[in-house]
Amino acid sequence: MREIEYSEVVKAVKDMIMYSGTDLPQDTYDALKEAMEEEKSRVSKEVIRQILENADIAKDEKRPLCQDTGLAVFFVKVGDQVKIKGGLLKDAINEGTEKGYTEGYLRASTCEPFSRANLKDTVGYNLPAIIHFDLVAGDKIDIEYAAKGGGSENVSRARVFPPAAGKEGIIEYVKEVISDAGGNPCPPITIGVGIGGTFEKAVISSKHALFRDIGSVNPDPEMAELEETILNEVNKLGIGAMGMGGTKTALAVHIEANPCHIASLPVSVNVQCHSSRHTHITL
Amino acid sequence: MATYTLTTPLSSEDTKMLKAGDTVFLNGTIYTARDAAHKRLVELIEKGEELPFDLEGSVIYFVGPTPPKPGDPIGSAGPTTSYRMDSYSPTMLKHGSKGMIGKGKRNQAVKDACVDYDGIYFGATGGAGALLGKQIKSAEVIAYPELGPEAVRKLEVENFPVTVINDTYGNDLYQMGREQYEVKD
Ligand code: SF4
Repeated sequence: MREIEYSEVVKAVKDMIMYSGTDLPQDTYDALKEAMEEEKSRVSKEVIRQILENADIAKDEKRPLCQDTGLAVFFVKVGDQVKIKGGLLKDAINEGTEKGYTEGYLRASTCEPFSRANLKDTVGYNLPAIIHFDLVAGDKIDIEYAAKGGGSENVSRARVFPPAAGKEGIIEYVKEVISDAGGNPCPPITIGVGIGGTFEKAVISSKHALFRDIGSVNPDPEMAELEETILNEVNKLGIGAMGMGGTKTALAVHIEANPCHIASLPVSVNVQCHSSRHTHITL
Repeated sequence: MATYTLTTPLSSEDTKMLKAGDTVFLNGTIYTARDAAHKRLVELIEKGEELPFDLEGSVIYFVGPTPPKPGDPIGSAGPTTSYRMDSYSPTMLKHGSKGMIGKGKRNQAVKDACVDYDGIYFGATGGAGALLGKQIKSAEVIAYPELGPEAVRKLEVENFPVTVINDTYGNDLYQMGREQYEVKD
């Protein structure tokens, strides 16, 4: 059994958060650059230019890319041949989150649901993190992280369709969600679509789909084709960067599909803004 | 679509010259307020009490910045989604405020208030918090410090880049821009 020190996990998580807060991932940067070149609207082109300049400033001066530094979301794969020495993995991830947000001067955006009181007084700085665990074979721990801002999360939706809705139903549903969202989720966006499984499986799949690098190809050719179709349809909506009108509303559509019940077709649409802060490490 | 450089406080003459889609570089003093602060400000207006700043010609920025690093006036400071202020903005405009900076659609009541009281709704680039934060040269909490990131701050800005979304003639860039680029099969 391999052992990893608790403190090593804390430090790795802290570093991931601080790095993501200021350094836009290369996949997103490249996709935005391409979008700027292809965008037909002068106003939207200028918005994307500002987004790229913002990324340069944030990286050079170590300033947060966006003031909404989000809730911290993790997908963690834990090997069956590894254990944490000196504490629980979940606690280490939370501790790393608190340290990363504090030391990185990132905003604490977690609050109680009704009083809206900031939880840093009662729980800690931007805690608790949202963590999805999975058990796998091996002696490694794989941690994927993304900062999830409110603007894009607020427009996300899920629904269980009857099986007859099929691909057509899914395409129309994604268009409806993105059309209603307009400029609120800070386009150009990435769209995560979770299909199948149960209700919550579809939702979690749509979230995880956002962690995939823009430009990567879906290994399932049928899904790759559907991604392409939805992307084209969404970009016909004319929403453009920050909703100011244009041809580049979305940078990518990522689908994660699962087998589902014979009676249902769950579909979830989770949106990520242009500030797609995501990163990944293996311990 | 023109480009202007304006200094606050804004006059009706300033705002009437602007059209949806214009680029404006703002200079001077602007004030920050989000939902919680708006609620308190509108309550003061309704009770006829004094506000923490002069509303006449004021520009209100919907923002909750990150904490500043040592030596900086402010952290990252991009706009937040504006519709949460829709129920308060008409009152603010009626009592002399001339501009709002945020992101995302406003309701008809806000657009009508822009026409009635010569107000402008500006859009700033959401998520460009580092770039926009750099155009803020000083920041001072002037009311409701207990609201943390939502406290009212007085900011001095230099060439703060915004786009006119709703003008004093009832135009809406979000609608116009979308109609222009929508592809109907
Ligand atoms: S949607 Fe994203 S880019 Fe826009 S304000 Fe929220 S976190 Fe920032």
